[in-house]
Amino acid sequence: MAVLESATARLSRLLTMVPWLVNRQGIDIDRAAAELNVSRAQIEADLNLLFVCGTPGHLPDDLIEAEWEEGRVFLRNADTISRPLRLGRDEAMALIVGLRALAAVPGLEEHEAIDRALAKLTEAAGESAGQSDRVRVALEEPTVRETLETLRSALSRRRRVHLRYLVASRDEATERDVDPMRLVNMTSHWYLEGWCHRAEDVRLFRLDRIEEASVLDRDGTPPAQAQPRDLESTMFTHGPDDRTATLRLQPEAAWVVDYYPVEQVERADDGALTVQIRTADIAWLRRLVWRLGGSARVVAPESMRREVARGASDALGYYGRKSPTD
Amino acid sequence: MSSSSPAAKTERLLNLVICLLYTRQPLSKQRIRDAVPQYGQATSDESFDRMFERDKDELRDLGIPLRTEPLDPYFDDEPGYRIDRREYALPEIAFEQDELAVLGLASRTWQQASLAGAAATAMRKLEAADVERDTGSIVGLEPRVRTSEPAFGPVKDAVLKRQAITFSYRKAGGDASTRHLQPWAVTNWHGRWYVTGYDQDRAASRAFRLGRIDGRVRTQGRSDAYDIPADHDPVQQIAGTEVEREPQPAVLRVRAGAGNALRRRARTRSEVDDDWSQLDVDFADAEMFADEIAEFGPAVRVIDPPELIDAVVRRLTGARDQNLEA
Repeated sequence: MAVLESATARLSRLLTMVPWLVNRQGIDIDRAAAELNVSRAQIEADLNLLFVCGTPGHLPDDLIEAEWEEGRVFLRNADTISRPLRLGRDEAMALIVGLRALAAVPGLEEHEAIDRALAKLTEAAGESAGQSDRVRVALEEPTVRETLETLRSALSRRRRVHLRYLVASRDEATERDVDPMRLVNMTSHWYLEGWCHRAEDVRLFRLDRIEEASVLDRDGTPPAQAQPRDLESTMFTHGPDDRTATLRLQPEAAWVVDYYPVEQVERADDGALTVQIRTADIAWLRRLVWRLGGSARVVAPESMRREVARGASDALGYYGRKSPTD
Repeated sequence: MSSSSPAAKTERLLNLVICLLYTRQPLSKQRIRDAVPQYGQATSDESFDRMFERDKDELRDLGIPLRTEPLDPYFDDEPGYRIDRREYALPEIAFEQDELAVLGLASRTWQQASLAGAAATAMRKLEAADVERDTGSIVGLEPRVRTSEPAFGPVKDAVLKRQAITFSYRKAGGDASTRHLQPWAVTNWHGRWYVTGYDQDRAASRAFRLGRIDGRVRTQGRSDAYDIPADHDPVQQIAGTEVEREPQPAVLRVRAGAGNALRRRARTRSEVDDDWSQLDVDFADAEMFADEIAEFGPAVRVIDPPELIDAVVRRLTGARDQNLEA
């Protein structure tokens, strides 16, 4: 929730919140706050505001009754606004485009439910449904279709899988047993999230780096402590062995900030960015800097900067290109 | 509470919405002024008029269908105002459990994107009356998109409104130029967002990558200013722009135990000696393939073609020179 919510944004939120609460009389206030994605203090402030609003006359009988003693929320006498406002343009579009993207996922068995949901939603959304055609998520035919289907079948039958997996950042092939949790498509790649018995932790595996996947005849229910992660942060799992590196990125390498979670960004007048990246895997960063070919300089640690320069210099040696210090 | 605080304004707007939903007959401005207590704070007719005009606009911006109707069918000199409940409210749609489950999944498509809020609000509205959602019933397959391109919001709005835009666009080579476009569609393809439309400078349909739009996107002219061709196929347009070139062969050497991702893609592999293997690998785009090869630093050496060698050498030279002693 934004720190500064405008009066109209708050009104809009209240008009959505009231019908939701009216249908959940007596809901625990903390649970309501969590599901509505606001703080408890915010809900209390909202209820305080609703409590003084009502139909013309504004006599006690006309006002909305809001009660939340004992930590349970009751909302009554709010008939005029007890139905949600129609879906806004972006709201309808977000769901319709999302459903269509889902429908394009290969191997999904819920096509019929998607079609029904889409039909009902289109009817409810009216005009904005037609506009939603103009925004599309075109999931391409995956090159990993076979792996996707193997894993999906393991997931629905709750079976453990054995993977031969390439850890690209270390350029190393590994073998591991995994209890699948979910399959996610992000920035056009499919990932398996699962409990890895080798790491004894939740791990994310990119499907095009799975060299071989076989379904084992063993129960694959992940242990209770296996919780799905916030996917942005799983791209980089932070741990106690993390090191922080500082890179200076030229404007053409600014995309790095969007693709990898960076800790801190400072923008210089010439458009260069100084960013801090925290990772357990310094080899991965070295590779990134080689790839960025001159649009990134390692500011710290010094040892990594030297490794990058030395590695590049060694590689250039193959091509008979002299280093400037020769 | 001061009458100009955001909370006081939310209270005024909420009372106005309730009042206009409550009335069956259109209300005159004077009746509204009497019915909504917060308007009592207006010190003059002029200040009330200004406040009411602004409030009306803001409610309409939120998508609330505020109607202006003649107060008296025989004399239309004074307008009256009301909100039709049927027009305001989301139609009563009963979603089945499996439909809500796929809708929930669809809304998560945007979890890391600028439409996350709109998608969550839409779900809250649809679920207002459905207390329990059975999320366990669907096997976890989740398409996700990100909208890290700053141009996404304004371009999406322009597409939905059918309003021309102008922006500064960087070509792959780096030159920026100002473009004028009637946008037709926004499409996520291979993990990137594109806008397609009628390029007024080139007098032809074109595709643009949102990530290459620099700075602000400005709208030009009115909404609903043009028609979108019924046969417009954004994916075809984009794929035609981002030419998939004929694959060409490359010969690479990779160090023992390294370059696993390249080994996987190789057509043939032979051992040169204990330290090096030789691979035949096909590639489509020399620049993209050079990015990938440069990542391996001294673990990979390009033998052929010269075009690829040059692209790799350029990156490594840049990486080395940027990372020499200060």
